[in-house]
Amino acid sequence: MNITFRLAWRNLWRRKRRTWLTVGAMVFSNILLVFMISLQLGMYEMMIVNALKAQTGHLQVQAPGYKDDFKIRQVVPNAKQLADDLRQGLATEEVAVRAAAFALISSGDRSYGAQITGVEPARESLVSSLPGLVTEGGFLSDPMAEEIVIGSVLARNLRVGVGDELTFIGSGRDGSFAAAVVDVVGIFESGVPDMDRGFAQVPLGFFQDAFAMGDAGHAVVVMAPGLLQVGATQARVEALLPADADLVVHDWDALLPGLKQAIQADFVSAWFMYGILIILVAFSVLNTQLMSVLERTKEFGIVMSLGVTPGRLGRLVLLETALMGIVGMVLGVLLGGGLVLWLHFNGFTYPGLEEMGGKFNLPGRIYPTVSVLGLLTGPLIVLAASVVASFYPALRLRWMEPVAAMRAA
Amino acid sequence: MGDMKIVLRLAWRNLWRNHRRTLIMLAAIVVGTWAMIFMTALMRGMVDEMVKDGISVLPGHVQVHHPDFRDDPTISNVIGPPSGELLEALRRPEVVAWSTRVRVPAVISSEQDTRGVTLVGIDPDQERGVSFVADDMTEGRFLESPDDKGLVVGRKLVEKMETDLGKRVVIMTQDPENEIADRGFRIVGIFDSKLDQYEEGFVFAGQGTIQNLLGVGDAISEVAILGTDYRDVEGLTRRVADAAGADTEVLPWNEIDTYLGSMLAVMDGFVIVWIVVIFLALSFGLVNTLVMAVFERVREIGLMLALGMTPRSILTQIVAESTLLLVLGLAIGNLLAWATIEPLKSGIDVSIVGEGMEFFGAASVLYPALYLKDVVLANVIVIVLGFLASLSPAWRASRYDPVRAITQVE
Repeated sequence: MNITFRLAWRNLWRRKRRTWLTVGAMVFSNILLVFMISLQLGMYEMMIVNALKAQTGHLQVQAPGYKDDFKIRQVVPNAKQLADDLRQGLATEEVAVRAAAFALISSGDRSYGAQITGVEPARESLVSSLPGLVTEGGFLSDPMAEEIVIGSVLARNLRVGVGDELTFIGSGRDGSFAAAVVDVVGIFESGVPDMDRGFAQVPLGFFQDAFAMGDAGHAVVVMAPGLLQVGATQARVEALLPADADLVVHDWDALLPGLKQAIQADFVSAWFMYGILIILVAFSVLNTQLMSVLERTKEFGIVMSLGVTPGRLGRLVLLETALMGIVGMVLGVLLGGGLVLWLHFNGFTYPGLEEMGGKFNLPGRIYPTVSVLGLLTGPLIVLAASVVASFYPALRLRWMEPVAAMRAA
Repeated sequence: MGDMKIVLRLAWRNLWRNHRRTLIMLAAIVVGTWAMIFMTALMRGMVDEMVKDGISVLPGHVQVHHPDFRDDPTISNVIGPPSGELLEALRRPEVVAWSTRVRVPAVISSEQDTRGVTLVGIDPDQERGVSFVADDMTEGRFLESPDDKGLVVGRKLVEKMETDLGKRVVIMTQDPENEIADRGFRIVGIFDSKLDQYEEGFVFAGQGTIQNLLGVGDAISEVAILGTDYRDVEGLTRRVADAAGADTEVLPWNEIDTYLGSMLAVMDGFVIVWIVVIFLALSFGLVNTLVMAVFERVREIGLMLALGMTPRSILTQIVAESTLLLVLGLAIGNLLAWATIEPLKSGIDVSIVGEGMEFFGAASVLYPALYLKDVVLANVIVIVLGFLASLSPAWRASRYDPVRAITQVE
């Protein structure tokens, strides 16, 4: 074994308690960081996946401006043909057409405004989690049927159940009066209050008839193989669009701008807190190492007069810190990882999470996942910060005069 | 008294015997204290604004409505206007303002587009003190009387519907007999709210006009009541509930908007957790510093014991050192926190993630809010826990055997 390494290791345990206290500070913050970062990563991923699954999908082909204005006349012409082309070009089934409009939905004794979306019954489940969230009745099946699936709160507000009749009134693409009678075939419960209260789906063909859409839709929804491939898939979709078509492709970040920014805002404030924690650990390490260097002044003086260079002594001090940091990291990752693993199976919640979660597409109980990123990010930064903190004591050795040092008390 | 003076002077001198160590520990305490207070003020500020905005949007502090109104907010679930005991309760000094509203789901159509909104019929004079609309008018005029025939809408809605001030829109809703009731309105005013969702979600009209449209006489959907402090609404809720009678439901705002209510509740927990976590991170360093300080003075302590100082006074001495260090660190940390928060009082612009903040229900300007109770909490926790943490090294020092301690070779 390398002699410097052995020296460093032995030096550490000359003052057991001090070393353990410093390692303790590291372990404490490492456990906290592993836990918090794993929880955060898990929550972000769930927020994104759930929001995309419930609302936008990964990519949408739309008319320019539709994303911001949602006007019924900003259409994708001949949408089904385009969807077929995309399916073929991308070699995936996960492409579906949607069209949407606001309308007043009325039951016998109640009326509410809601967004009605026309979807392809056979394909919607490939791009959205909504068909799977139907808790009563079933999802749409026939593309032309006069049927509707509505949110649970809307159903309660309208006082209807599966099998009841609803009418809706709105305006069509050409400004004409759009109205129809539909049967409730299913009721979904997404857990997102806004969707459950103001969202309904009807078959696309029927929607196009009722709202005078012809063969047009408002969006072609495309799912990429995964979140990381969204950029590449977007480029492929853009290449596949007909050259003369006035259409744009938006990714989920453009469609739901709040989501990424909410994550960023949360991320920044969380890292501010982690930063403080890491700085405090660094101070603790700085103090320990400075003390340990100062109390060894005499010893260092002797070894220097025997020919050991200050650089080598400096490396020794850094190595001591690094060893301490590695012990702290191993313990922190083990304990923190154990905690996360336990929570992965048992779930984590705190009072108020359920109310807040509803706003972010999150369930009331979170099951964080164990990932390399979540386990190692925090502890590695703590290790790096500790080593950086001990640069000061290590560099002090450069100005040490061996003779004066040997005489030191 | 004289003893204490000596103890403090000794503690002070001992601290500066190794000034580097003391300065580093002091820096750690200062950073920790600053972070505790600064971060807490930021979070408090954000939640405060959310709650204030949220309350100004409609609920008021306390609300009276029909027991079924929350589940089924239609014109069927209405109550009579306040009278008798309730009216008397509303005139009491702890009620700052109150207003009655008719509130129904509706569909608004311009020539270009159709949207679902909440139609709110208000009495403009009452409403002025309660909700945000009157203050946020940016174009046109606010409603002038309950029978005003005009409509006030949000900027975002105007843009999306491609309509404008002075143009006509049609409002469709439902009367108690479930017949469609519709009426044309001229847009007389436009408001700009901090959050887009309010601008898109609410339109305001005269209460009398809406009552006529729906044929409900003088019935209203809710009474919104503003008290003196949104944090302390229990008493007000109880008093109003007593006066309002059995066939109504009286709820404080945090039960009406559970998201805001739980945000506020979670904040109190968060503040404590944050302060304790920071303290724990500090405590390792603190204990370490003290252990070292004791360790290098073994001989000295032995000598003091041999000269007749009691173990008790040694204990006091060491604890006094750590307390002095903590007090000094806290003082500087508090000052630093105050000095950084004060210039930011006018607001921190976070519009770079504005849409994300809106996701949380917060506006894109953060106003840090320094609460005395948070500052006190932080200081008390640090002093009390710091005192406890320094007991163990101090205890050890006081238990030294004088003879062994003196003869120990460093």
